[in-house]
Amino acid sequence: MTVAGRQRNDEPILHVEDLRVTFRTAAGPAPAVRGVSFDVYPGEALAIVGESGSGKSVTMLAILGLLSGASVTGSARFRGTELIGLEPSRLREIRGANVSMIFQDPMTSLNPVLSIGRQLTMVMRAHQPDLSRSGARARAVELLDRVAISQAARRCDSYPHELSGGMRQRVMIAMAISNDPEVLIADEPTTALDVTVQAQMMELLADLRRDHQLALVLITHDLGVVAGATDRIAVMYAGKVVEYGSVEALFADPGHPYTRGLLECLPRLDIRHEVQASIAGVPATPMSLPPGCPFSPRCKYAQPSCSEAEPVLAPHGQTLVACSVLTGVAGSR
Amino acid sequence: MTAVAIPAFTVQRARPPWLRGPSLIGIISLATWLLVAVTLPLWSPHTPTEVVGGRLLGPSWSHLMGTDALGRDVFIRALYGSRISLPVAAIVIISAVLVGTIVGAAAGFLGGWVDAVLMRAVDITMAFPPILLAMAITASLGPGIRNVLIAMVLVWWPIYARLLRAQVIAVRQREYVDSAVAIGMSRGLILRRYVLPMAYTPVLVNATVDFGQVVLLTASLSFIGLGARPPSPEWGAMIFEGATNFYQWWIAAAPGIAILLVVLAFNFVGDALRDTFDVKDLGR
Repeated sequence: MTVAGRQRNDEPILHVEDLRVTFRTAAGPAPAVRGVSFDVYPGEALAIVGESGSGKSVTMLAILGLLSGASVTGSARFRGTELIGLEPSRLREIRGANVSMIFQDPMTSLNPVLSIGRQLTMVMRAHQPDLSRSGARARAVELLDRVAISQAARRCDSYPHELSGGMRQRVMIAMAISNDPEVLIADEPTTALDVTVQAQMMELLADLRRDHQLALVLITHDLGVVAGATDRIAVMYAGKVVEYGSVEALFADPGHPYTRGLLECLPRLDIRHEVQASIAGVPATPMSLPPGCPFSPRCKYAQPSCSEAEPVLAPHGQTLVACSVLTGVAGSR
Repeated sequence: MTAVAIPAFTVQRARPPWLRGPSLIGIISLATWLLVAVTLPLWSPHTPTEVVGGRLLGPSWSHLMGTDALGRDVFIRALYGSRISLPVAAIVIISAVLVGTIVGAAAGFLGGWVDAVLMRAVDITMAFPPILLAMAITASLGPGIRNVLIAMVLVWWPIYARLLRAQVIAVRQREYVDSAVAIGMSRGLILRRYVLPMAYTPVLVNATVDFGQVVLLTASLSFIGLGARPPSPEWGAMIFEGATNFYQWWIAAAPGIAILLVVLAFNFVGDALRDTFDVKDLGR
């Protein structure tokens, strides 16, 4: 990867290539993810950005084998181990221990009938069977302390309903890192939280990344959250990556009209907004993909040729862009 | 400046609904029945089969509910009936809940063809009126309290299987179950610690209400001669004896009142539990 990001010599820890996910629905197949490729390097943070329904969550769920009833093809390798089609027992060993995931809504992501300490120790003992009860308990307190929960020893016996949303998300993060994973997938970890708590949470994730050499995959629709927290960005639209590059390059010189639209949508303090900008039109859905470039019906710069062939990722400026008008590279199909 | 005394602020906690009103009466009634059932042999002046005097004597201070056609004390026999009905009901309910839990959890959690096969078995069993099916099974196994027990478990488990299956399916889709999968927990552990505890409440509430129904069904089967045989002081069997001595009302009245009290008590407690753990509000 030379254009999208820094020159890397080390091996990617997570290598995803041409991942495709198709749901079977009553109205026919719905291609939710249509050939997504990216790499995650040790200790690096990658943001996957896109609107609702762009396939960003589905991509990560597919990698961990958490989708049932969908056909998943392509390749996702963790340290060389192919995850797609891996047998369930091996996959379970990897989940949580090597690749962890935290979900959007901390209010519903914890078991309401077990104390948080109990849940933490269960997660640890699921992957480290020889860990003693007291050892796990001590480690649970340590972890709660690590995610900045005050009075960790006392909080250990709390039940989820006794904690605030921010604290629950901290507990979720503690559970996710309890087995020292190398990759942490965070699916909109801050969406359900107050803005002030959001900032604390991003700070915590950044600390953990630095201290534990944790690779972070951040799924979000909020470019504001991405800016300070990640190294590279993949922008997704209609199940495909439409722009891929380093945070600096992408914010300074966005290529794809969709990325530009997203950036224009960010409220700014230095400009007076009469009307908050938005991207006109309706997001393409897997069931009704327009011909050619899926973004063309909403694109200000669309040419007649845009609806003929679907553009592929090609270098433009500092980033990789899937737009045949910009790159001059003809599309496929 | 004079100090103003601020009265201490006390919070009075409302008693939960199952410790109030009819439910409290039910609990006290059940506790009394349980105490009687357990301690009866220690203080009872007569055994249930002992002939204590004249036949068909009316109620008196020495025999509160008179004597039956063989001269046995009806009141004492009615009390002894609890030593049959309560354990039978407990065994039936516990076994039915156990079988129903295993079937319901497997169907709801595994889904697919397992679900289809198990639920068709449930449908078939539930297609028959419970008393009819219980009669048929007991009749084919032969009369006796043990066979009544087997028959009632066979009739009763599908209710719990269906109930638990629906709950398991609902709970299984909660996000915390997904997040447990994402974090690498095994399926067995997720089912035991994450799904079942949340799915179980309606089953327990239903089981409490059903206790009374099982007591009634046991008595019904004995009444028609399929359950306990004479000289057992089983309530249904006693009512049958009472039916043959129609003008000595006390012979049938004593076991009848006993059944009424027990069934009513279980219904009171069950209704209150249902209100407390309303199925509609579950799992928030």
